[in-house]
Amino acid sequence: MRSPFSPDVVPDTAILDDHQPLIRSLERRGLIRGSLSLGALALLTGCDVKRPESVESALLAISRLNDDVQALLFNPNKLAPTYPASMILRPPKFNAYYDVMDVKPVNGTTWRLEVSGRVADKRHWKLQDLRALPQTSMVIQHICVEGWSYIGGWSGPTLRIFLEHIGADLRAKYVAFKTADDYPSSIDMATALHPQTLLAIQYGGQTLADPFGFPVRLRTATKLGYKNPKWLTSIEVTNTYTGGYWEAKGFPWFAGI
Amino acid sequence: MHWINAVVMLVMITSGWGIYDDDVIIRGFYFSSFWRLGDWAAWSLNWHFAGMWFLVINGLAYLTYGFVTGRFREKLLPIRPAEVVQTVIDTLHFKFAHEDITVYNAVQKLLYIIVILAGISQVVTGLAIWKPVQFSGLVSLLGGFQTVRVLHFAGMAVIVGFLIVHVALALLVPKTLWAMVAGGPRVTPNNQAQAHHSQKGHTA
Repeated sequence: MRSPFSPDVVPDTAILDDHQPLIRSLERRGLIRGSLSLGALALLTGCDVKRPESVESALLAISRLNDDVQALLFNPNKLAPTYPASMILRPPKFNAYYDVMDVKPVNGTTWRLEVSGRVADKRHWKLQDLRALPQTSMVIQHICVEGWSYIGGWSGPTLRIFLEHIGADLRAKYVAFKTADDYPSSIDMATALHPQTLLAIQYGGQTLADPFGFPVRLRTATKLGYKNPKWLTSIEVTNTYTGGYWEAKGFPWFAGI
Repeated sequence: MHWINAVVMLVMITSGWGIYDDDVIIRGFYFSSFWRLGDWAAWSLNWHFAGMWFLVINGLAYLTYGFVTGRFREKLLPIRPAEVVQTVIDTLHFKFAHEDITVYNAVQKLLYIIVILAGISQVVTGLAIWKPVQFSGLVSLLGGFQTVRVLHFAGMAVIVGFLIVHVALALLVPKTLWAMVAGGPRVTPNNQAQAHHSQKGHTA
């Protein structure tokens, strides 16, 4: 089929006549000169744009729209791929907004987990209380927003079991976390109830080490690394958006994978 | 559609470089801040995730148009290997056989097909990187998360390579630029008459 948009008659070749001498006179030096000025042109239009407020708010609006699209794409029954225990990286990769030397270990015996918001039972939790809940293990891939990834093995009660235990309103929108290293975070309820979202207290079959969140951290297989706060101190079930540490700096909130 | 694509491609490429720099694939190879869109990774990411919608919607419109109207078949096919070789030889001798800008030469056809496929590939690998759990089947088909990242990077390199050749040649044959800005060569009856006239002139 011939395109209805293409002309019945092609333009006359003579209209290029003006250019024929130019084309014929082109030499290699000309091409090199041309590419140099092309490079200069590209430099002039370079992308060193600062971030004006209007651009920033437009990008954030699209990012929030993307959060909704991501929530739609999230299938609560879809499980992340799991791997054999032999592939677990020991020790795991350290990541935080500060250096590993600056980690402040948490005292497991005096540590308590606060529970607040839309829950029936607000008593504080000790580490042994979490150990007493049914435990789940998973060997999953950790994917950082930066691009790196590793395989890790995590164990602990699922967040779903914990939420059911405290009589949380499972129709609330968010589960929000606070941590000992001042790294607030929050996730959507659908992800909180996913079978691969754990309150991890073990790594590779052993008690979580200090740099990786002892005594308890969130570990969810369906979100990027920065949605996994370590050294948890408080869990709140809420309908109020609380954002998070990196989200306040511009990163997307949903961060589902 | 071409100019929306041109802008969106530049947004995707330069913001992609900003995201790349956070965890480089080639050791020691970084893009300087001058070439990155977004002053740091969070904003490069936001640009990338905003641009993707424009790229996909514009790309789908372009592909639909190309297939439905038969433009792709008409303009891009067939490609004969001998013609490709001949055009490459001619070009290296700086003979730009581009008398009729409504007809693509064999190398052009090949390059346009390659870049269209690279564009589609970028969307597929991009989707796999964005949602490696939701599309875990796609990720394992492509060889795992880190492999997909390399593929996505390689696809960028192909498109950037195409862009350099494409822009350089378009500038060398300046007449095509006006056609691109104005929306393609126009042929009016008046024009035709003149064409006949000038042809006669040549033969005389």
